Amino acid sequence: MITEAVTEKLAVLADAAKYDVSCASSGSNRRNVKKGLGNGVACGICHSFTEDGRCVSLLKILMTNYCIYDCAYCINRRTNDRPRATFTVKELVDLTINFYRRNYIEGLFLSSGVIKNPDHTMERMVQVAKDLRIKENYYGYIHLKAIPGASPDLIQEAGFYADRLSVNIEIPTEQQLMRLAPEKNYKCIMNPMVQIKDGIIANKEERRKYKKAPMFAPAGQSTQLIVGASPETDRQIINLSSQLYQRQRLKRVYFSGYLPVNEYDKRLPAINKPPLVRENRLYQSDWLMRFYGFKADDILDEKHPFLDLNIDPKLAYAIRNPQLYPIDINKADYELILRIPGIGVQSAKKIIYARRFRKLNTEHLKRIGVVLKRAKYFITCNELPLRIHGFAPDILKNRIIAENRTNRNIADLQLSLFAKIHHVLPPVH
Amino acid sequence: MIQIFTYNNTFEGFLTVVFECYKRGAYPVDIRSKNRLQRNIFGEYVYIESDPSKAERVWKGLRERMPGKNHDLPFYAFLSEDDGIEMKIFRFIKRIFSGQFDADTDFSDPDVSFLNQVAKKVKFEGMRMLQFVRFQRTKEDLYFCGIEPRYDVIPLAINHYKRRFVNQKWIIYDLKRDYGIFYDLNETQEIVLTQKRFNELNGAVQDNLLEEGEAFYQQLWKTYFKNVNIAERKNLRLQRQHLPQRFWKYLTEMQP
Repeated sequence: MITEAVTEKLAVLADAAKYDVSCASSGSNRRNVKKGLGNGVACGICHSFTEDGRCVSLLKILMTNYCIYDCAYCINRRTNDRPRATFTVKELVDLTINFYRRNYIEGLFLSSGVIKNPDHTMERMVQVAKDLRIKENYYGYIHLKAIPGASPDLIQEAGFYADRLSVNIEIPTEQQLMRLAPEKNYKCIMNPMVQIKDGIIANKEERRKYKKAPMFAPAGQSTQLIVGASPETDRQIINLSSQLYQRQRLKRVYFSGYLPVNEYDKRLPAINKPPLVRENRLYQSDWLMRFYGFKADDILDEKHPFLDLNIDPKLAYAIRNPQLYPIDINKADYELILRIPGIGVQSAKKIIYARRFRKLNTEHLKRIGVVLKRAKYFITCNELPLRIHGFAPDILKNRIIAENRTNRNIADLQLSLFAKIHHVLPPVH
Repeated sequence: MIQIFTYNNTFEGFLTVVFECYKRGAYPVDIRSKNRLQRNIFGEYVYIESDPSKAERVWKGLRERMPGKNHDLPFYAFLSEDDGIEMKIFRFIKRIFSGQFDADTDFSDPDVSFLNQVAKKVKFEGMRMLQFVRFQRTKEDLYFCGIEPRYDVIPLAINHYKRRFVNQKWIIYDLKRDYGIFYDLNETQEIVLTQKRFNELNGAVQDNLLEEGEAFYQQLWKTYFKNVNIAERKNLRLQRQHLPQRFWKYLTEMQP
């Protein structure tokens, strides 16, 4: 049934889909019943890694890369002269099943350019998910993109077949979205997001009463923000993502360093490399908010609208707040231990357990896995104090940067390369 | 004379040794698998025959005393086959049986921290069996994969594949240890393939045995893999960190 022409389509539509950074296959425990195919694994499984070091977990693919819109930042905008292709529903189902059976993938992540109108596009995407679930008896992971502007009924239906739904915001502020994608508006993005959130909450309630009620997007919803295509500050981006976690209950907010795909468009900044370090620092901040109990205001404030590209946000926080340190490893609460640079969630938990057996010294901390090189400036433990506390913030920062430079030349090279991009960004209005 | 206990290289055998040590009231100088003996002119080797009922008693006792999450710590650590791991596990088990039920969280203790570290490595390798298995479909509608994990961890993946591929027959074969797991649509069993109709180095099934569409889907997968990469973000170090080179030869997408 499947033909040679599919190879060509696959090449075009995989290439067009690669700019979406989300790839997670986590969060769903869908069980295989009735001797069907596949299941969900809550922790997610990465099946391969491409040369860019990103994981391949799902068959991430566009249904079509034809599009009626002309968004400045998008490679598939209608005015671009690119090879275009469209998959049939049958082809997508066949690809997914055959890749899945060979254990290449964890499931399908289907997105699409908009053809004719949002409803027409969404309808065909839902059809793929429906055929997989019903005709093929497939229980593996499905991530569907909700097309902005699609009717609520379709989105509702999508939620009952998919494990995860996502709506991409792409441009962090309304004002900039209007400038770069005048045919879209914030409302048509936020409406489905709110609908999905309400759907998930209602479904949880229902499943509490009736265990057999069908699941609605059990792996939650996510979104993506493009970083560096528009002049928003890191503070704006972090505040937005913090709101999205709290108000929209998102599972993940992804950041995608802007790749100069449409260099000719003068509305976009001229850069020659994607801002990878900035993207990485944003993810680190995201982690601090999700797992370390940091608030958006802890990470950046009015005086510091951008993240320091030379040091990670936790270290930056520690250097800005010298009054909190040194922290006593043997006495401090878990929350406080998490604020020590060089100690992650794992080490912090281990410290809490381990100190019930004996007072900990640096030898113990090393064994636990603490990065002492980093942590030593911020802790006291069961040992004579070293004379390394009380440095002036600037001196401490330079000292730590210098210490890292000797060992991590490659990472450092990248840092200095991308550090410049920060200044190339258009000035903030 | 120094007594060194030896066993048949299975976890059951090792637990039997633990049982015997307690029964005889002997604190062992060393416990070694008979496959990994070192000559020791002052030592006397005492071979302990594996006994399922004795092993079961030790295992049950351990599980009753250890908190749920870490039940399998001694087992995973044992699978690492690390030189000298037996005595570390023995000392740990002794702590548990002497009443320190939470000894598994004593992370600043050298033994406990070491056990946790190697157990983590083993679990990681087990995870890789979920990630990097690639099936090839044969004419008999059997999905075959040959792979070579660093530790003997294919058994850890059985339940996962049994749940996931209920309606397809599959074999996952350990090329190094020369045994595999076969699922026949009802249950799994351990098998040894005497006639190797696949490449023993990378698990590739002979072409004439493959199902018609197999080559085409392999080609499609390679096409996908190539095109989903973002060239501007090239980062080979990161790729290698997640996808160790020792697995490349088994992966469809890494073949030319």
